Amino acid sequence: MNATPLAIRCRDIVKTYDTGGQVVTALNGVNLDINMGELMMLVGPSGCGKTTLISIIAGILDQTSGDCELFGENLLTLRSKDKLRFRAENIGFVFQAYNLLPALNAAENVSVPLIINGVKRGEAERRAAQMLEKVGLGERTMSLPAQLSGGQQQRVAIARALIHSPRLIVCDEPTSALDHESGQNVMNLLKAVALDQQRVLVIVTHDARIFNFADRIAEMDDGHIVNVAHSAAELK
Amino acid sequence: MNHIALKMLMGDKGKYLGIVMGLTFASLIMTQQPAIFIGLMARSYSFISDVGLPDIWVMDPKVQFIDDIKPMQETELYRVRGITGVEWAMPLYKGLLKARLTDGAFQTCNVVGLDDTTLIGGPAVMLEGKLSDLRRSDAVIIDIDGASEKLAKPAATPDGKKTPLKVGDSLELNDRRAIVVGLAKVTRTFQSQPVIYTTYSRAKSYAPVERKMLSFVLVKAKPGQDKAELVKRIVAITGLEAYTQDDFKKLTYSYFLKNTGIPINFGITIALGFIVGTAIAGQTFYNFTLENLRQFGVLKAMGASNSTLLRMILLQAVVVGSIGYGLGVGIAALFGFLMRHSILAFKMPWQLLVFSGGGVGLICVMVALISIMKVIRLEPAIVFKS
Repeated sequence: MNATPLAIRCRDIVKTYDTGGQVVTALNGVNLDINMGELMMLVGPSGCGKTTLISIIAGILDQTSGDCELFGENLLTLRSKDKLRFRAENIGFVFQAYNLLPALNAAENVSVPLIINGVKRGEAERRAAQMLEKVGLGERTMSLPAQLSGGQQQRVAIARALIHSPRLIVCDEPTSALDHESGQNVMNLLKAVALDQQRVLVIVTHDARIFNFADRIAEMDDGHIVNVAHSAAELK
Repeated sequence: MNHIALKMLMGDKGKYLGIVMGLTFASLIMTQQPAIFIGLMARSYSFISDVGLPDIWVMDPKVQFIDDIKPMQETELYRVRGITGVEWAMPLYKGLLKARLTDGAFQTCNVVGLDDTTLIGGPAVMLEGKLSDLRRSDAVIIDIDGASEKLAKPAATPDGKKTPLKVGDSLELNDRRAIVVGLAKVTRTFQSQPVIYTTYSRAKSYAPVERKMLSFVLVKAKPGQDKAELVKRIVAITGLEAYTQDDFKKLTYSYFLKNTGIPINFGITIALGFIVGTAIAGQTFYNFTLENLRQFGVLKAMGASNSTLLRMILLQAVVVGSIGYGLGVGIAALFGFLMRHSILAFKMPWQLLVFSGGGVGLICVMVALISIMKVIRLEPAIVFKS
């Protein structure tokens, strides 16, 4: 019997897009459970629906039908304001292209989620500097994104995703723009700093070099989850 | 989030300056051109302003503006003097006469004839000589600009400078000698002709003989007398037209507004400034928002509300608008200051600053609205697109 509490529960998720009269089905009845403290990877070919699924899980895209509960909350039924607050408090994002604000320095970038959550700027930047220390960038708090390497920028992005202690961290291709060593470092960092029993990580990736970091790997194809494996060796 | 909005705005210096320059240009055009227009319009009634003492101007009913002289019989002066509530009433001659200069050239001048006894209506600022010197034989007082420019003596050499007319010099008005006894500072008139002050009786002798010579009757109301009431009384009793000083100014500039192409010419320039300013600032600001859409998407994904983003964009628009407006108005004011001694008409009342501020504000609101609509429609899922 599995006593680990359920973090994410997706049932019969369908998502269709209307592209100028033509209906495209991105997700076609996806079922997925993810436990607290788990690092789940979503893998599969381009266009299989991975990004659509994490967008729905993270509450930044509404499904066409089906239920998706995040920490027991059905985001689809929340009022827009409550959904925003839920997202601001509970979700951290790490993007493939880092998506740091180019005009802000590292500490300011990391402080953004705290500021959105109403923390005063000075306090937010102080805590951001501490978080940057944790990810090994204590000396680069004043650096602009353009002055940092790809790996450093991704570490800033991870610090930003963690600063407000969210319960879900969603990562979209966090290592695909990095070399092997930087990619491994980023994953080590994510696993060491981000993952604990109060948190869940969902990572969308094509990068087979990092599959071994996953607790489980959900393999997707054509809008379905076709296989859930516990290691890369079990993938189809 | 204000700090983030400002950093986003000023992060790209080139684009930031582009937006500010666009708004500066719009603000400059919307301030400088109307300032010239207002200055020009103010010149249309500058003579009324300069003759500051009377409360009421009485004239022929057909008069449409200050330079539209329809002479009256001198008996009208005595009729006005007899009206209850009139403290005093003085005659004023105003007419265009040709002055013959020392080199034989002719120059049309605005000749003003003042009441021989009181000299009411004379220039307020005497630079040389005294107003009372007009009582001397053949005496005239000339405005300093006219004396230095149009009435100046020709240069001795082709490249030389003209010699300004000075006290003691003479000129001819309608074949009669006039001796300069003083120089006065008067506000430039719309036609910018030299102004020659003399006494009423001497002005009549300079002017071609006509049955009617009285241009205006200048009236001072008795203390406590309601001016509007007195105007009505004068009109009712004499059958002439009468205006308070302010109403006569309004009548004059209204005439120029309605009957000249000046307003439409300036209006087109101002409208073009507004359109070009809107286009430059609008396009640059909109492009700036478009290029930052992903950043706004990131903030949206992280939980920033539409109202927060709206405030950020409005703040950005207010900042660039304020800076652009300040620079534009500042440049316009500097332009006016540098040109203060030239012939250029330039007047920048506070109402104009409100007008141009409103124009720049309107541009910013329009530009911000377009950008805000784009951001509000933005799907935060855009952040996952590489």
